[in-house]
Amino acid sequence: MKPGHGEVLIAEGDIALAEDQERLVEEFRRQLDSGLWAAVPLEEDAGRRRARMVQSFDEVPRDADRVIFFPRAAGGA
Amino acid sequence: MVIALGAAALVTLALLSEELIPRVSEWWERTRARRRRSPSIPFDPGRELRAEQRARELLRSCVNDEEWAMYRDLGFIRVWGAHSDGPEQAGGTGGAPYAYLIYPHRAIVAYLVQTQRLLNEYCVAFPDDSRPYGSARLPDSDDVLAKWMALTGDERRLIATANMHLPGRQLDPAKVKRDLWRLAQWERARMRELGGASAARRDGLRPRPAG
Repeated sequence: MKPGHGEVLIAEGDIALAEDQERLVEEFRRQLDSGLWAAVPLEEDAGRRRARMVQSFDEVPRDADRVIFFPRAAGGA
Repeated sequence: MVIALGAAALVTLALLSEELIPRVSEWWERTRARRRRSPSIPFDPGRELRAEQRARELLRSCVNDEEWAMYRDLGFIRVWGAHSDGPEQAGGTGGAPYAYLIYPHRAIVAYLVQTQRLLNEYCVAFPDDSRPYGSARLPDSDDVLAKWMALTGDERRLIATANMHLPGRQLDPAKVKRDLWRLAQWERARMRELGGASAARRDGLRPRPAG
């Protein structure tokens, strides 16, 4: 998510391929190091949806189709 | 006389310059730093509109059909609270169900579902300090999605990060009450609509238009 732009594709790849996984892990770390939060949208039973906040690549479910990075929350006025 | 006045003026100027020069130079540095921080990128309504369209598509792909329809029709999303004792600093709800209303770029409002009593406002922002187009503000729908993900993913952390206020700080309580009434009406209409559609499917009929 980016002001003035909305959704931006940062990286994509197949986690089953070692080369892709390495690139995805590196990009994941880079985004978190730049201060962003990461979340994985999930679909549960009965059409319910929620997000899972993740702090390391290992926490991303293997079947997740995307991770969304967004600016860290701060107390507002 | 003129020479004396000129000398006095020179001395005064010399004394003042010791005070003034550092201040002028500091002001100049601040001005330059401000210009460096916020490059003059003109506001482009087309760019903002396209950003909002992308943000809406992303939000739609993450939330469920009901939440998306709620946002589309009413301008906010309700998220159910997950803790039995209610949100942080709300004094406990005695196990009563509670929920949050998420508005774009407004405080999150916590309320008791059964009585519709407003509990607290939680002011939270997701500023992008890199200011890619001169602003740190996400598109409206991205702000809603960020709140939705943070609330459904880690309610306690988001609420602990937010600044908590009593109802009325940022949102008019009368407006929030009206929104809760609109939400109740909307849900009734949706239930009727969904019930009619499923009955029609069951009977192998197409739903008849109202009236």
